[in-house]
Amino acid sequence: MLRVSAQVAFLALLAILIGYLFRNMLGALRQQGLGLGFSFLRLTAGFDIGEFLIPFSRTSTYLAAFEVGLLNTALVSFLGIVLATILGVIVGVARLSKNILVQGLARAYIELLRNIPLLVMLIFWYTGLFLKLPRVNQATSGPGGVLLTNRGIAIPWGIPTQSFGTYLFVLAAGLLAAAVTALVCIQIGRRTGRGPLAWAWSLFAFLLVAALGWLALPIAPLTVDSPALQGLRIAGGKQLSPEFMALLSGLAVYTSAFIADVVRAGIQAVPSGQVEAAKAIGLKDFQVLRLVVFPQAMRVIIPPLTGHYLNLTKNSSLAVAIGYPDLFSVSGTILNQSGRAVEVITLTMAVYLSLSLLTAVFMNWYNTRVRLIER
Amino acid sequence: MIEARTSSSDNVLPPPVERYTVLGWMYKNLFSSWFNALLTFAALGLVYAIAKPVVTWAAMQARWEVVVVNIRLLMVGQYPVAELWRVWLCLHLLAAVAGLSWGIWVRGYRVLGVLVLAAPLAVAMAVSDPSARGHLIAVAVVAVAGFGLGRLAGKRIQRTVLTLWIAYLPLALLIVNGLSRESDPLRIVSSNVWGGLLLTLLLTAVGILVSFPLGILLALGRRSHLPIIRWTSIGYIELVRGVPLVTILFMAQIMLPLFLPAGIQIDRVVRAMVGIILFTAAYQAENIRGGLQAIPSGQYDAAKAVGLSGPQTMVLIILPQALRNVIPVLVGQFIALYKDTSLVAIVGLLDLLGIAKSIVSQPQFIGLQREAYLFVTLIYWFLSYFMAHLSQRLEVALGVGER
Repeated sequence: MLRVSAQVAFLALLAILIGYLFRNMLGALRQQGLGLGFSFLRLTAGFDIGEFLIPFSRTSTYLAAFEVGLLNTALVSFLGIVLATILGVIVGVARLSKNILVQGLARAYIELLRNIPLLVMLIFWYTGLFLKLPRVNQATSGPGGVLLTNRGIAIPWGIPTQSFGTYLFVLAAGLLAAAVTALVCIQIGRRTGRGPLAWAWSLFAFLLVAALGWLALPIAPLTVDSPALQGLRIAGGKQLSPEFMALLSGLAVYTSAFIADVVRAGIQAVPSGQVEAAKAIGLKDFQVLRLVVFPQAMRVIIPPLTGHYLNLTKNSSLAVAIGYPDLFSVSGTILNQSGRAVEVITLTMAVYLSLSLLTAVFMNWYNTRVRLIER
Repeated sequence: MIEARTSSSDNVLPPPVERYTVLGWMYKNLFSSWFNALLTFAALGLVYAIAKPVVTWAAMQARWEVVVVNIRLLMVGQYPVAELWRVWLCLHLLAAVAGLSWGIWVRGYRVLGVLVLAAPLAVAMAVSDPSARGHLIAVAVVAVAGFGLGRLAGKRIQRTVLTLWIAYLPLALLIVNGLSRESDPLRIVSSNVWGGLLLTLLLTAVGILVSFPLGILLALGRRSHLPIIRWTSIGYIELVRGVPLVTILFMAQIMLPLFLPAGIQIDRVVRAMVGIILFTAAYQAENIRGGLQAIPSGQYDAAKAVGLSGPQTMVLIILPQALRNVIPVLVGQFIALYKDTSLVAIVGLLDLLGIAKSIVSQPQFIGLQREAYLFVTLIYWFLSYFMAHLSQRLEVALGVGER
């Protein structure tokens, strides 16, 4: 009885508090001549966004602007997660190297990055490195036809020709071949107990079909378009803005230091007896890593790794400080244009929350897959 | 038989010490295989490729006067010059407590100690302002005095010094903020003029201090048997942890004034503080929950057996143990928050980063972003690194995870 009444009292207090705050808010909004509601999302945005994955102009709606921001956030988070994982695994393994110089470098990398704020680093990279690159007319060329300027990085990019549509079918066939190969490999593994590397063989099958298709088509499906200096602008290729590059590289490098530490801890958590036992039954060095160390390390690595992926996604909101139009930055513009503070902030927070929950759900699913099955 | 055993245990040799010549050490660690040698050369090449341009730039091309001229802004922002002695007083107090603790607990580490002492003296040589120089030298002197006292008194004043540490943050806040509007010795300094590193540290301190009790409540709520309280706590914690800090800061800046009854105004720094506190409380709750979960259920049973009530068990038995376990994690949270406070620069506050942003737009220093931001990065890095190591030592000293 006491428990029920305590909870009811708590709930009542909470409701009163929220009601009070809400009433104040409505009063303040009424003074500004505003109501609550999301119908403003259909109004014309009236501002431009520098980078977009879906068509957008100033006559598009606020909702479209929101979607552009969301897609930019998703793009930079996804690429950032991939790059940070690759860098982080390399640095984490280097941290355990027997070579004392490599180990020291990896350690310095981790200790340096873990102890500075991401925002300071992003602003430094943007204003101190990417905006300090040479002007367009003095563009420096990097390796592989890359052009570096203070207006962005231009890289060579494929342009589809008329046979590109046909080539998509070839790629689909390649995927099919890869799937069949994987199934066959797994079957052989079941039967003999010594399965071939499923992922390596299916990748090989895919690449084989893709290469054969490329050569078989009369016209190559893609032509390489290299960026070139043309007067005061760069023509051709794919141009990546300095904002995008600074944000992506900043996020990836910063998070990689945390991932490196997670990877190191995960590998160190595998008891050395496991490695010795694996060597004793005659596995080769690479097999020891692939079959014994790595699967066990994954169990330790996955949960903190999830946390760092989530952090990266949330940290991408710092784009607002360097002017990349991500979700948060676009929301800020929408807020200024429409004056709908409450709705815009609520919507933005809801989207970030769902992104976080989605990532968490996916990583939890993966975690249950690699978890130790106790008997 | 017994005799034989003792004599043999006397004769046990210590494990052999590995000894290498310089060449032997290099062979083992750098060139043990062709792959290893390749790695060594690649690493050397990388170090050279990075270090050469950086060192050339820092020594030859960088115009560090942007930092030298603006050093006071970077440190305390617009804090009134007449009241600066209060900030110095906080620094002296910190030096005293740190010196005492070093004297009591730290053995060895002589080189590090001399380096830590040399730092304020070196800065004193570099600054041009005579009062700053005097204060910096005084900081070193106070630290040495504290160290001497700590060495002499030893373990007897251990508890006092721990209390001093706990009292330090609130006391420093009080000194910087002031007591009353009129009386002169400690006049209130409006938080609008706090800035630079001072603001960064104050935001961190307030954030940690105020969010701590909130975090305890939320952690207890999350472990409560009452479903409504539990779900409210879980909802709050997961909601806050699922969104970026910058959205919460934004909400605090824009929506907080709407929530308050008409006529009540709070200034921007306080709004940022509220945002930071609401944000940190959720993370603190999870830290404390970790500490609570580490307490074996036997502790609850034993408390019940000696006749303690539920709240008594919590306050007298469980929380003291849980909080002791959590102290190193709290230092980690402090470091994370110290770095995160840089986000208030996005909502227009003049913390360390905000000041740096504003000084690179001064007309005479246009284009000196690298110098300003590098200096700021160094300050952030140095304090954060130092605190991180301190927390590791603290973990060992407190014997967390050991019984």
